[in-house]
Amino acid sequence: MTPNAWLQMALLIGTALLLVKPVGIYMARVYENQPVPGLGKVLGPVERGIYRVCGVSAQHQQNWKRYTVALLLFNLLGFMAVYFIQKWQGWLPLNPTHMSAVAPSALALNTAASFITNTNWQNYAGETTMSYCTQMTALTVQNFLSAATGLTVLVAFVRGLARKTTTELGSFWVDLTRSVLYILLPFSLALAAILIWQGVPQTLGKYPTVHVVQPFHQAGAPTTAASTTIATQTIAIGPVASQEAIKELGTNGGGFFNANSAHPFENPTGLTNFLEELAILLLPLAFCYTFGRMVGDARQGWAVLAAMVVLLLALMIPCVIAEQAGNPLLAHYCDQKPSVLQAGGNMVGKEARFGPVNSGIFAAVATGTSTGAVNSMLDSFTPLGGLCPLWLMQLSEVAPGGVGSGLYGMLMFVLITVFIAGLMIGRTPEYLGKKIEAFEMKMASIAILIPPSLVLVGTAMACVTAAGLAGIANPGAHGFSEILYAMTSQANNNGSAFAGLNGDSTFYNVIGALLMLAARFWTIIPTMAIAGSLAGKKIIPAGSGTLSTYSPLFVFILLAIIVVVIALTFFPALALGPIVEQLQMMTGRW
Amino acid sequence: MSEFTPQANLTRPKPAAAESATAGHPEGWLAMLRSAVVLFLIMTVLTGIIYPLVVTAIAQMVFPWQANGSLINHAGQHVLSDRQAVGSALIGQYFNQPWYFWPRPSATSPMPYNAAASGGSNTGPTNPALVKNVAARIAVLQAADPGNKQPVPVDLVTSSGSGLDPEESIAAAYYQIPRIARLRHIAPAKLKAMVNNYIVGRSLGILGERTVNVLELNLALNRKYPY
Repeated sequence: MTPNAWLQMALLIGTALLLVKPVGIYMARVYENQPVPGLGKVLGPVERGIYRVCGVSAQHQQNWKRYTVALLLFNLLGFMAVYFIQKWQGWLPLNPTHMSAVAPSALALNTAASFITNTNWQNYAGETTMSYCTQMTALTVQNFLSAATGLTVLVAFVRGLARKTTTELGSFWVDLTRSVLYILLPFSLALAAILIWQGVPQTLGKYPTVHVVQPFHQAGAPTTAASTTIATQTIAIGPVASQEAIKELGTNGGGFFNANSAHPFENPTGLTNFLEELAILLLPLAFCYTFGRMVGDARQGWAVLAAMVVLLLALMIPCVIAEQAGNPLLAHYCDQKPSVLQAGGNMVGKEARFGPVNSGIFAAVATGTSTGAVNSMLDSFTPLGGLCPLWLMQLSEVAPGGVGSGLYGMLMFVLITVFIAGLMIGRTPEYLGKKIEAFEMKMASIAILIPPSLVLVGTAMACVTAAGLAGIANPGAHGFSEILYAMTSQANNNGSAFAGLNGDSTFYNVIGALLMLAARFWTIIPTMAIAGSLAGKKIIPAGSGTLSTYSPLFVFILLAIIVVVIALTFFPALALGPIVEQLQMMTGRW
Repeated sequence: MSEFTPQANLTRPKPAAAESATAGHPEGWLAMLRSAVVLFLIMTVLTGIIYPLVVTAIAQMVFPWQANGSLINHAGQHVLSDRQAVGSALIGQYFNQPWYFWPRPSATSPMPYNAAASGGSNTGPTNPALVKNVAARIAVLQAADPGNKQPVPVDLVTSSGSGLDPEESIAAAYYQIPRIARLRHIAPAKLKAMVNNYIVGRSLGILGERTVNVLELNLALNRKYPY
């Protein structure tokens, strides 16, 4: 790696870590229902007004079942709204580009499931499918609400750990409202303003059409063979910045345009690229500090955060190295060596302003979190470079994972680790003074095993059906990687894609929708059940026999358990896809 | 001396309080449905209408040029209306006449640099089509400038992620200098100086890669050394 690559990586991770404590403290204030400095004055009346209209009180408390039912009900409404807005966009307002209804119902279903689950898998191209109305009132809304849903589950879970002998986990309505009002909205507004300054469009006007500098002949389709002269360029724009900001902050990842953050209007400069990466990492990392503060021991948060950052860097660095090394098959055709005059490396599907370094960093950040945004086409990565984002998703999105979902996913692994460590030293497993018993272990195992099972079953189904194989774009082992990547992405609620795979078929739309819904809600329900069970328990004071859950040793065991669970599950599949392709590429034979 | 007794600890605890139906204020199912519907509507208005409209208002007042697509005219000046514009400073355009700097290959459909349908080729690293396409693009470059024996920069023969890449590496621009200098009758050193004027540096000197904006460079070329 070049010195600049190290510098950019260090700057990103360093800045994110510097922000963990201040943002973490801020979020703790939000969820401990304390007045929020500054914003509280302006938004306090709005918040109280919302509760009055909704018929809830700020002191309202729910047990885990009611909290979960409220969450499911709220998400069901979101699902229906996204589905029907797509179906009705033809006659809804705010449609200057005259988009008609999203015709295939399976596609509308997939998109609805995708956006409510914080996945943002996209089997459509934004600029040719969705009206401004749909982008704003369906997709942008769910970018906020799916992220807020993740935060509510996490904050309820943390309360379950922090509180004792109670059924009260807080109020879903209050937690959701405060997440949106005090965290997601103000941060998005600030980020959107900077993005616009750097060149991201924000307008409700129609697509401009310009007369190009050099008109050119375009050969017609093979059947007509008539060539046409292209003298104009129609440039898709829209309310991009407002969606772009929450797309990153909420670890959503669904692009306004088909090319996502590779599109110069979503991500025009090195600075916007840095800020987008930072926004993706900000809330998942900072909540570790919020967690530590809410359970009364900041070290617990830092320990979990350390595990997350180690995993992220362990896959980010090889990704950048692989992409910067370039493709040996092109070695005697062109110059791939990085120099002061060029970024070099594997430039297929990458933007000149990002090159392999920023593309690799972004790919790792977006898949380590459940963001799924891309600033380069991952399908064209080298096999090893593509393996890194694939693996980051297969880690069940805990490095550091999505907003809310990453930390509660990681805490499931922590419970498993505490249990296994307890067995090894012959002590009752405890975490933060709470006894971890059979019920918690069953639920944690379900939450951890569901995504990998969905990935493998989905991949197997696609590989043995004609409908599944029909979507493949690239021949050989890479075609298998495309399927594995698609199933991994949807069954971990990421949304990143090897975009060559044609997912807009009834088969992929329906199976994808089912995977996304199952992965999201079948992990939320056991997580909430554990929260309810833990909240009812006493807190046992730590004694000399208590296992420390913030020591480097514990972090190491936690990492080992994550890697072992995931490696054993996925190694055979990875061997058939990216690993064999890397060997083929290096030897030049297949 | 183990404190761990599986029989005792691995059964589900059932504290009486944990199973009670409600906590705090009782909340009926109908009331819950009402709260969900009303809160969902409020959130849709707040995040789906008010928020984007506030951002649009700020954008149109403070950064109108960027907000409307960073359009430029023949002189490279910022314009707001597409009637005066020849393109966007942030969106690449297709050039294939030898007296222009060529941009990176674009995989958009049905024509290259279709700014209403972005996307990459998604060609995999071991796909035989990749090597074939790269070889064909190199052949076209060499046919347009047979005397040029420099190594071809990789980005000039590989398609970008968006298909709309406005930029290419400095090496890719330098590679094309002999061809354009010959056709436009300019000293290569002068042309190189011009390219250097259009280098877009890294943000803050660190972030991103150093590149050249192809559309702006070609517009400058037309102004200073008309063909």
